[in-house]
Amino acid sequence: MTAAPARIAAKKRLGDTLFSGAALAAGTLILVVLAAVAIFLVAQSIPAFLVDPAEIKGSPDSFWSYVGPLVFGTVWAAALALIIAVPIALGISLFISHYAPRRLAQGLGYTIDLLAAVPSVVYGLWGAGVLAPAIQPFYAWLVDNAGWFPLFTPPVSGTGRTILTVAIVLAVMILPIITALCREVFLQTPKLHEEAALALGATRWEMIRMAVLPFGRPGIISAVMLGLGRALGETMAVAMVLSPAVIISFVLTSSQNPTTIPANIALNYPEAHGIGVNVLIATGLILFVITFAVNSVARWAVSLRKEFSGAN
Amino acid sequence: MSKRIEVRDLDVYYGTFRAVEGVTLTIEPRTVTAFIGPSGCGKSTFIRTLNRMHEVIPGARVDGEVLIDGNNLYGPGVDPVLVRRQVGMVFQRPNPFPTMSIRENVLAGVRLNNTRMPKQEADELVEKSLMGANLWNEVKDRLDKPGSGLSGGQQQRLCIARTIAVSPEVILMDEPCSALDPISTLAIEDLIEELKTEYTIVIVTHNMQQASRVSDKTAFFNIEGTGKPGKLIEYDDTTTIFSNPSVKATEDYVSGKFG
Amino acid sequence: MTTGTQAPRVIANSYTAGKLPRWTPWAVLAVALVVSLGAAAIMGSPEGEFNWILGIIGGVVLFVFANWLLSRLVEGARQATNRLITSLVTGAFVLALIPLIWLTLTVVVNGLPTFLNGTFLSQSMRNVVGEGGGALHAIVGTLLITGLAAVISIPVGLMTAIYLVEYGTGRLAKGITFFVDVMTGIPSIVAGLATYAVFALIFGEGVRMGFAGSVALSILMIPVVVRSSEEIIRLVPNELREASYALGVPKWRTIAKVVLPTSIAGITTGIMLSISRVIGETAPLLIVAGFTASMNYNPFSERMMSLPVFVYTQYVSPGTDAQFYFDRSWAGALTLILIVALLNAIARIVSHYFSPKTGR
Repeated sequence: MTAAPARIAAKKRLGDTLFSGAALAAGTLILVVLAAVAIFLVAQSIPAFLVDPAEIKGSPDSFWSYVGPLVFGTVWAAALALIIAVPIALGISLFISHYAPRRLAQGLGYTIDLLAAVPSVVYGLWGAGVLAPAIQPFYAWLVDNAGWFPLFTPPVSGTGRTILTVAIVLAVMILPIITALCREVFLQTPKLHEEAALALGATRWEMIRMAVLPFGRPGIISAVMLGLGRALGETMAVAMVLSPAVIISFVLTSSQNPTTIPANIALNYPEAHGIGVNVLIATGLILFVITFAVNSVARWAVSLRKEFSGAN
Repeated sequence: MSKRIEVRDLDVYYGTFRAVEGVTLTIEPRTVTAFIGPSGCGKSTFIRTLNRMHEVIPGARVDGEVLIDGNNLYGPGVDPVLVRRQVGMVFQRPNPFPTMSIRENVLAGVRLNNTRMPKQEADELVEKSLMGANLWNEVKDRLDKPGSGLSGGQQQRLCIARTIAVSPEVILMDEPCSALDPISTLAIEDLIEELKTEYTIVIVTHNMQQASRVSDKTAFFNIEGTGKPGKLIEYDDTTTIFSNPSVKATEDYVSGKFG
Repeated sequence: MTTGTQAPRVIANSYTAGKLPRWTPWAVLAVALVVSLGAAAIMGSPEGEFNWILGIIGGVVLFVFANWLLSRLVEGARQATNRLITSLVTGAFVLALIPLIWLTLTVVVNGLPTFLNGTFLSQSMRNVVGEGGGALHAIVGTLLITGLAAVISIPVGLMTAIYLVEYGTGRLAKGITFFVDVMTGIPSIVAGLATYAVFALIFGEGVRMGFAGSVALSILMIPVVVRSSEEIIRLVPNELREASYALGVPKWRTIAKVVLPTSIAGITTGIMLSISRVIGETAPLLIVAGFTASMNYNPFSERMMSLPVFVYTQYVSPGTDAQFYFDRSWAGALTLILIVALLNAIARIVSHYFSPKTGR
């Protein structure tokens, strides 16, 4: 909406100037805030990278061997959550968009959205207090019968508060996020293409495979990435469910579990002082970098989608 | 490879609203039948009931019978998937699958039933179908390019090729030329003329010249007013409808007094 | 069947070839459940316990398989795949309902007695050991902190959205869009840490105050407000703006009198939902607002309790008589869910009643 080169100079109205100025200021403020976040995180992190490792909690060999297990735990828990959540989320989205009776579909959508409205601390409470004890017998059974499988190496956790429980809770939390996006994408599938597939004699599933999924693929990818970003950054559910250890282990059902960066910060922050705070902030910076990378991939996927829909 | 369609006392409803009322007509094999009438008279709704595509529209349902060579499409336990394999459809706007190449588009329907078709056989089918749709010469060098890269008229012929690749008995066309320019329209009309030798064709059109050019028989649909159901007013040979219709409304419509 | 009228004798309708009757899946499901529950009962009988959960899971698995097999034999591979996917897709939905119902039930059952005990909504935790006490200080803290966060975020977010839609062109708008996206991805605990880093610089190490919590929440809330408002404002048709310009109305009045009123319902809904997102945030408040047992009405000094942190601290550091702490924790969770549900309900009502009456 740029003004055409006007011969008569437009009168500058005070209201216009103030209003556009305020809008511009608000936009700029966001840039400033983000810059501040980045600068202060980096500034407060620098001491942690330089510190004598002996001063870090647990006296690791170096800062990186302190962060290593945490990064592993963060990525591992989030990946497990994704593996659980993505197929279910796709199923729910398809159910709402293409299977459920249309009258019900919107209501069902709201129901799933309710899951997103539950605060994460409540999920933590539920995961630690209800889900973990309830699922422990199942873990015990798994370890007894499938202990040979590396993921279920004995001994089993006696409380059920394992990385797998965390992954389940995280999966429930990111489910509505992935579902909401995928549902929108699936609902936007052009009717033309759906009808084309049906008119060729496709069954409902074949129609979905021919028309809905190819159309929605970029949207699905970005939805999954958003869910991943959320799972990586989730703090309370992990902090409350897990009994952490400094360990890199793929075992899902043991009492020795790697913890995640955010949970580690939440658990240690209240007692941290001096250089300990800097170390925790540094781990936060690393988390920020990881989630930033994930979100960049998501944005890239979305931009693919833009080109794609432009073709129509 | 073509079949007689008999429609008996068919009503179509959207929810509680009756959109089309009491249609009875017989469409002979290997003919082109055109449905004409003003907007909103239910001709597009009606053509969709001939292969149960109306079920895609929420709340749409049908009372009555459609018999294709004696088999009732609305009998108990009828599988719409089987129906649509035999009664293909071409839509108003060309709709090739954007993520598929031209070749894949043609094969899309066939692949459903025959996933491991030998490459040579598939190539032959692609060529035959595209030939049948008068598109082969234009696209034979770029079969692996996306179908959405073609012009509108080419896309529509690609859709026709895709439809005839599954060798249906009947082809329904819902205003196939309304989104196309005159040259492409002419190409499609020529194609319809050729397809008639093998298929039973039903075409909905807004364009009366088109109906008189391509069709053997014409059905005129009309509504009395908004909120009223559409009805089949007159069904006869195209020449009769356009030169000597028996109903006043038909004459008014074909002579351009309304619609 | 009336197919016979045309043909000399009644022949089977060829379009029904190999199709299972409509009730088949239900019958298969019933049989599968009976078989599986029966098996579970027989297997459990020596120990005298009947594992009905296992029975239902087994029954559903059996149904999915049997339904597929039956369809594979009668209807062919394509229909069988179709049925299998239908089962799986429906199953996924039902599966997702389980945690929702389970969680709601536990929160209500565990939280309601304490929630209604009279002291929970009227007292703080000051000098409380064991039974009694309440979350009033946390509720007040949550309302103050979130309220301040909203006061910061709504104008900033809304004006940014207006800038992006109405004024923004070129590189700055692109940059803002990009960084709003980045901000959306900031993990909540990182927002807390960054805020702490800023406040520590101004007020010294170990600073805790409610206002810092508001700032941290704003970092999380602003991008959500921008995103939702931007989308809504973009939906306002350009014709409306042009109609207003054509009447000689200046741009800012056009925005204030035409664009915003048209989109106010959507904007309000977005803001409500963004508040309900941040009101349950725990991690940043744990870091910058801290926790306390006492009432604090001043967000600019000293620690301030909030509901999510209340839930967390009651759960992770119970004193003697741990059960009372757990009960309070559940009651806090219930309060939180009720607040969020209320906000969501308001958002839905607003969008339902105040959205412009268009053809949707």
